[in-house]
Amino acid sequence: MAKAELMNYEKALEQFEVVIGLEVHVELNTNTKMFCGCRNDFGDEPNTNVCPICIGLPGSLPAVNKRAVESSIAIGLALGCSIAPTGRFARKNYFYPDLAKNFQTSQYDEPIAFEGSLDVEVPSGKVFTVGIERAHMEEDAGKLTHIGGNTGRIHGAEYSLVDYNRAGVPLVEIVTKPVLGAGAEAPELAAAYVRSIREIVKALGVSDARMERGNVRCDANVSLRPHGQEKLGTRTETKNVNSLRSIERAVRYEIQRQAHILANGGTITQETRHWHEDKGATSAGRPKSDADDYRYFPEPDLVPVQPSHELIESIRATLPENPADRRKRLQAEWAFADLEFRDVVNAGLLDQIEETVAAGAKPQAARKWWTGEIARLANTEDKEIEALSVSAADVAELAQLVESGKINDRIGREVLAAVLAGEGTPSAIVAAKGLEVVSDDGALLAAIDEALAAQPDVIEAIREGRMQAAGAVIGAVMKAMKGQADAARVRELLVQRASE
Amino acid sequence: MNELIRKSAAELVELLGSKQVSSVEVTKAHLDRITEVNPTIHSYLHVTDEAALSVAADIDRRRAAGESLSPLAGLPIAVKDNLTTTDAPTTAGSKILEGWVPQYDATVVRRLREQGMPILGKTNLDEFAMGSSTEFSAYGPSKNPWDIERIPGGSGGGSSSAVAAFTAPLAIGSDTGGSIRFPAAVTGTVGHKPTYGAVSRYGLIALASSLDQIGPVSRSVLDAALLQDVIAGHDPHDSTSLPESLGSMADAARRASVAGKRIGVIKQLTGAGFQPGVQARFDESLALLAKAGAEIVEVDCPSFEYAIAAYYLILPAEASSNLAKFDSVRFGLRITPEGNPTIERVMAATREAGFGPEVKRRIILGTYALSSGYYDAYYGSAQKVRTLIQRDLAAAFEKADVLVSPTAPTTAFKFGEKLEDPLAMYLNDIATIPANLAGIPGMAIPNGLADEDGLPSGIQLLAPAREDARLYEVAAALEALHEGVWGKRMMDFAPELKVGA
Repeated sequence: MAKAELMNYEKALEQFEVVIGLEVHVELNTNTKMFCGCRNDFGDEPNTNVCPICIGLPGSLPAVNKRAVESSIAIGLALGCSIAPTGRFARKNYFYPDLAKNFQTSQYDEPIAFEGSLDVEVPSGKVFTVGIERAHMEEDAGKLTHIGGNTGRIHGAEYSLVDYNRAGVPLVEIVTKPVLGAGAEAPELAAAYVRSIREIVKALGVSDARMERGNVRCDANVSLRPHGQEKLGTRTETKNVNSLRSIERAVRYEIQRQAHILANGGTITQETRHWHEDKGATSAGRPKSDADDYRYFPEPDLVPVQPSHELIESIRATLPENPADRRKRLQAEWAFADLEFRDVVNAGLLDQIEETVAAGAKPQAARKWWTGEIARLANTEDKEIEALSVSAADVAELAQLVESGKINDRIGREVLAAVLAGEGTPSAIVAAKGLEVVSDDGALLAAIDEALAAQPDVIEAIREGRMQAAGAVIGAVMKAMKGQADAARVRELLVQRASE
Repeated sequence: MNELIRKSAAELVELLGSKQVSSVEVTKAHLDRITEVNPTIHSYLHVTDEAALSVAADIDRRRAAGESLSPLAGLPIAVKDNLTTTDAPTTAGSKILEGWVPQYDATVVRRLREQGMPILGKTNLDEFAMGSSTEFSAYGPSKNPWDIERIPGGSGGGSSSAVAAFTAPLAIGSDTGGSIRFPAAVTGTVGHKPTYGAVSRYGLIALASSLDQIGPVSRSVLDAALLQDVIAGHDPHDSTSLPESLGSMADAARRASVAGKRIGVIKQLTGAGFQPGVQARFDESLALLAKAGAEIVEVDCPSFEYAIAAYYLILPAEASSNLAKFDSVRFGLRITPEGNPTIERVMAATREAGFGPEVKRRIILGTYALSSGYYDAYYGSAQKVRTLIQRDLAAAFEKADVLVSPTAPTTAFKFGEKLEDPLAMYLNDIATIPANLAGIPGMAIPNGLADEDGLPSGIQLLAPAREDARLYEVAAALEALHEGVWGKRMMDFAPELKVGA
């Protein structure tokens, strides 16, 4: 794949206005699939959670999952949408081997939720209001794995395997209106928007909301137009950008790529594009035009979904706090400085810190661990923080071990690494490895005496008030104690010795 | 011929219940008849004799043990081959499903099994129920027992000919635009298309989902009622199935009353275009009804003029989507072309080889009708006509309790007569299609023989949605009036079937 030529980002923004549009698919965590009684558990042995309905056997008929409808209504309400009193499903017809019936049962012109908005804060602290056009219900397709060939795509593959466990998994697709006016912050806004959607569906409890597992998937539409032009430019749709960081990078890349083409008199092809995380670039997918003919028509096998006013209101009454209000409350409760709090929000660590505090840690300690060492390790391993196997309870325990002086910060980091390696809980690891700091003054004094004997000048220097000389002795003691000593205590004992 | 096969279902139920005959005897009698006449009539695509006899023996044992059994326990039945059965192939009359044995039973089949009804076999149909003659079955046509040179109607010609040839006392049919009622008319039998949603469609291989409905095929109104009472009822697997019960059809059939009923003759469905002998019998039936105390009124349904046009847009549109799943990936036929067999080429080659001409014709029509830019003009307009037809019927039912017309414009035509002229073929359904478009019940019962050819003609009765019982009540009364005039049952006019010659 030849990397496209890109225009300098700042220059691109000088010349063009950026318009983005985001389509987010949220996989609902219902017990069963959208239209049948199969377990909604995509990770199981392939093709075990299947039945005549989700593999589209002749004669089978769908029946709507009531819980999925309720979850969809909850999402719609949380996004400030109106809920349609009656809405039909529609068939989206196209042939593809992952699509059991060769049509997807979706919603077309009668989405369950429409006309909402979401306030999204970007890292600079600016808040943008993103218009929500609609949220509709649909079923997922099966998962294709292409074997042979070197692209992992269907073309060039020797054969392909289909796992229909995912076929019929309930999805809600949330579509924004065109988002204008974000300028240079459009990539950050795109990522922040998806993060907000994740927060919302997680808070609602309707999705596991893990991007790395595909619970939340984003297609990012990007178009450019010269400043002052009314007509929207031709857009591209970058598919399935599966991490917040990728969304930001992919949008930025598309801005620069399109700007280069437009500035050189070229035209943008309306098409889907694929994001390649490793190359940091998008590549052309299939051409997509507004004339794509899916031959939508109302699904005759399903009666319209008609949620009662009572149902809608009962769901509204149980909606959790909206994320913006929640952020205000948490910042006050934790007494974080604006900058500290923004770092937490930008890193998407509110939930983790809230849970860690709830598990007994002090807010500052929880913040320090999550935004510090844990974030660093995630970065090193090139993973999302959620993908690391460390729980809020682990971190709270770790923080308490440090707070109580049982271990020091450095040992704490070692313990954290062991937790990530699956060696157990922090307390168990400290116990198993004997990592607790040596608080026996006798042992420390013995080590100090040994170090002083090796460096006889030091004691004199300390007596003369040259404390920097103490460093060498403290270092030797820490080494002898394998790091499991409280350095402050060692210093105290050393000074005491010198004054004897 | 074993005399048991000429008994009605109601009579057989009596004999079974009073232990005068065993289910094995009844089932065996029908299986013997199948062996004798099916090579000629070709009603059955698969005969499930062993399974049928095993169910029969089990029912006999349970009856002997004094167990309380379901009303139709032990009564054998034939099932149209577009309902899924786990113990027999289900082809829908298509090569694309040849040899496919489903992994699940249709809800109706499950209900028959729960009754303890031995299933004799699967009956022939036009491919995917697209046709009026069974000539579009990939496995060859069924014959009309009244004249084996003639069609038994379609698509359910397998079920109608089975019942008319006494190879089954009852059969299951499906009706999308007349596939139960037209075959009933041309074979002198009874067929009922229930209110849309009265019978679960789960396991019925869909033709057009918004029009399809499963119903009973029999030789008498009461027999059809007994069967409908067994197969009807809400099914959570079919979200379009009605939540409420429509009551006992057998009770309605036994009431058999027309006195005081207002019978509406649909202006658009009489006279010109109807074979004189068919029209003459129809007029005589009106006179009989009037004499029995019914009030005959005329009703106007002007939108019926557009019914066939609308139907042949809505049906292909839905069918084009319903049939998309036949792609060789998960079940059924797979043709792998020479050279570079991409998924698209395998799907195309399979569909090219697996679908017959009428199926391809309708897939193309439907795909076109749903295409962007044509949707409003075709599918959209057709749906508007559907609404107009519903309004016409609603207005007509203000003036009449039951509407009547000849079931079909003609008696059974000869094989090949309309095969090359799809429009002529489609016109057979002119009287039956409005009921499907409106979702109302429609029943076809025998109406005597046409003078020109001595072949059966039919009369169709329509009632408002959910008023199936009203149809059974009036149809049973008319049936009794007919038998009073004829001095025998309709099928007693049928010539002795000559087979094996």
